[in-house]
Amino acid sequence: MKLLTLATQDKTCATVLMVLAAVTFIIPLCNLLTPADSPLHFSAYTVSLVGKYLTFALLGMSLDLVWGYCGILALGHGAFFALGGYAMGMYLMRQIGTRGVYGDPLLPDFMVFLNWKELPWYWFGFDNFGFAMLMVVLAPGALAFVFGWLAFRSRVTGVYLSIITQALTYALLLAFFRNEMGFGGNNGLTDFKDILGFNIQSENVRSVLFFLSGLALIIAFLLCRWITNTKLGRVVTAIRDQESRVRFLGYRVEMFKLWIFVFAAMLAGVAGALYVPQVGIINPSEFTPLNSLEIVVWVAMGGRGTLYGAIIGAVVVNFSKTVLTGLMPDAWLFILGGLFVVITVLLPDGIVGLMRRNIRSKQA
Amino acid sequence: MNSFAENLFDEDDKVKASNVVVEGKVDIRHGPILYMEDVSVSFDGFKALNKLSLFIDAGELRCMIGPNGAGKTTMMDVITGKTKPDTGSVFFGQTIDLLEMDEPAIAQAGICRKFQKPSVFDALSVFENLELALKTNKGAWKTLFFRLTGEQRDRIGEVMETVGLTALAHSRAGILSHGQKQWLEIGMLLMQEPKVMLVDEPIAGMTHQEIERTAELLLSLQGERSLVVVEHDMEFVRSIARKVTVLHEGSVLTEGTMDEVQNDPRVIQVYLGG
Ligand SMILES: Nc1ncnc2c1ncn2[C@@H]1O[C@H](COP(=O)(O)OP(=O)(O)OP(=O)(O)O)[C@@H](O)[C@H]1O
Ligand SMILES: [Mg+2]
Repeated sequence: MKLLTLATQDKTCATVLMVLAAVTFIIPLCNLLTPADSPLHFSAYTVSLVGKYLTFALLGMSLDLVWGYCGILALGHGAFFALGGYAMGMYLMRQIGTRGVYGDPLLPDFMVFLNWKELPWYWFGFDNFGFAMLMVVLAPGALAFVFGWLAFRSRVTGVYLSIITQALTYALLLAFFRNEMGFGGNNGLTDFKDILGFNIQSENVRSVLFFLSGLALIIAFLLCRWITNTKLGRVVTAIRDQESRVRFLGYRVEMFKLWIFVFAAMLAGVAGALYVPQVGIINPSEFTPLNSLEIVVWVAMGGRGTLYGAIIGAVVVNFSKTVLTGLMPDAWLFILGGLFVVITVLLPDGIVGLMRRNIRSKQA
Repeated sequence: MNSFAENLFDEDDKVKASNVVVEGKVDIRHGPILYMEDVSVSFDGFKALNKLSLFIDAGELRCMIGPNGAGKTTMMDVITGKTKPDTGSVFFGQTIDLLEMDEPAIAQAGICRKFQKPSVFDALSVFENLELALKTNKGAWKTLFFRLTGEQRDRIGEVMETVGLTALAHSRAGILSHGQKQWLEIGMLLMQEPKVMLVDEPIAGMTHQEIERTAELLLSLQGERSLVVVEHDMEFVRSIARKVTVLHEGSVLTEGTMDEVQNDPRVIQVYLGG
């Protein structure tokens, strides 16, 4: 309740919430209530596409917390998303049961193929949905904790930190590529059948997943709004602007950075876990450093340090990507690079900054 | 037990035997609250501090002067943990070794600082700047769930009144004038309720009246707190100083009252020569 009052105090924020709620409720409701040939019925393609955007929006927002509010330009944030995705993927793999090509009740196909005789220890428990969901936040959280603890305590900042975050996701990329790691190597985890016993391909399940993605985004948005409005949020902003000064006020800067970094990693993990059942696959390519760079572009494009800017940026960039990769598949990377240059030079505050400027000039 | 304090008071100190170290308590039974002894700092071979020894008494207001580059700011950097000296020792009271502590630990122990270049948080309001400085538990979780008590709110109000920023409580600190930023930072110092305040060039950018009020404020704080004030403005120093220390090329040139110091031929030479 307090979260809601906090959010509605600010007009922009209330608008964002309304739009999010509308998307979250209307699309799945339409699909549940109308027959497939009705004009109000969204295609499976649209539902999973927009659902994917919602998880990206959540991912972008979590990076905004780290970069926009705390000033840590993390270039490996995609790693946490991928880890959350893998945790979900492992659950979905275990759900396949005997329906795999080899029909092994315990081992996923790729393990049978590798001639493995038993399930590796780290796959235990993933047949339990609750445990898997716990891992969705704990695995990225633990990695962020260990990494952040080492990096922030030794006061690695700026470009150096950015580089080692890239190295982190790159190292994970290489590791997950290896078959011996036991995560399906190159092919990753796919061919999912059920989630909680329901057919993952069915329209209703897709609608529910969509709804959950929207709901997760709304809850995360409210939570992030709350955090940024607490004293911790203000300390974090202060760290962004004058890190060393904050120390002289008696705050352990590294602890605050760690707190934000771990929390954001957990949010990214949730986003990954919602993403995987909607796209039907998770493979090591999610760890590519380029993916993490794209997240930065979303946030920069939308406008840093506003939370909703990241949501807008994620949707706009990914929508353009969907359209443009359809039209000119090879050009996307160049366009992405170009976009980034244009934003940094011309729109330092992103789309949100542009909108604000327009509103202000209209009022004047 | 630290050998430094023992050595220092070896001959005339019989209390030593009963000296019980109380963790977190500043032991000022011998008078000084801050000890620096033989502290040297060099940057690429250049000695910014050269065997500097300095003792600040509990409750004292000490002024430090010295030409540009004398090492005044570096001295504060050493005390607050920003710079680790090459040699020497720095103690807070008899028992707390500052060289083994980092910046937040030193700040929490009660040594707080105003920087030469006013350093307030531009993106936050005046009120929020003071709230951040407020003396309270500064752990991350505690900070997340922190709520101002009525008493703390009043305290912030009081400090804003003292530094004359009440009308600007909810303005962003970024829009303040240079002098107002100086004051906000002094206000942040007050919020921290330190035992020792290190004040680096507080009056730069202030108007004449503002300077007078700053002098009054600093004078009113001595006794309850110890202050070390670095300032180039001699008139200002004269208006607040009991004891003045002159720093030159990284060590103490002389100490005494303002008159003694100003008539010291070495001091005159340093200032005229520099
Ligand atoms: N981080 C640093 N690296 C290199 N040299 C430094 C550093 N910090 C200070 N110095 C040098 O050490 C000397 C002492 O500097 P310090 O800032 O302590 O002087 P100061 O007495 O505060 O002077 P001012 O009155 O100009 O503020 C100067 O010559 C300065 O250039
Ligand atoms: Mg200085």
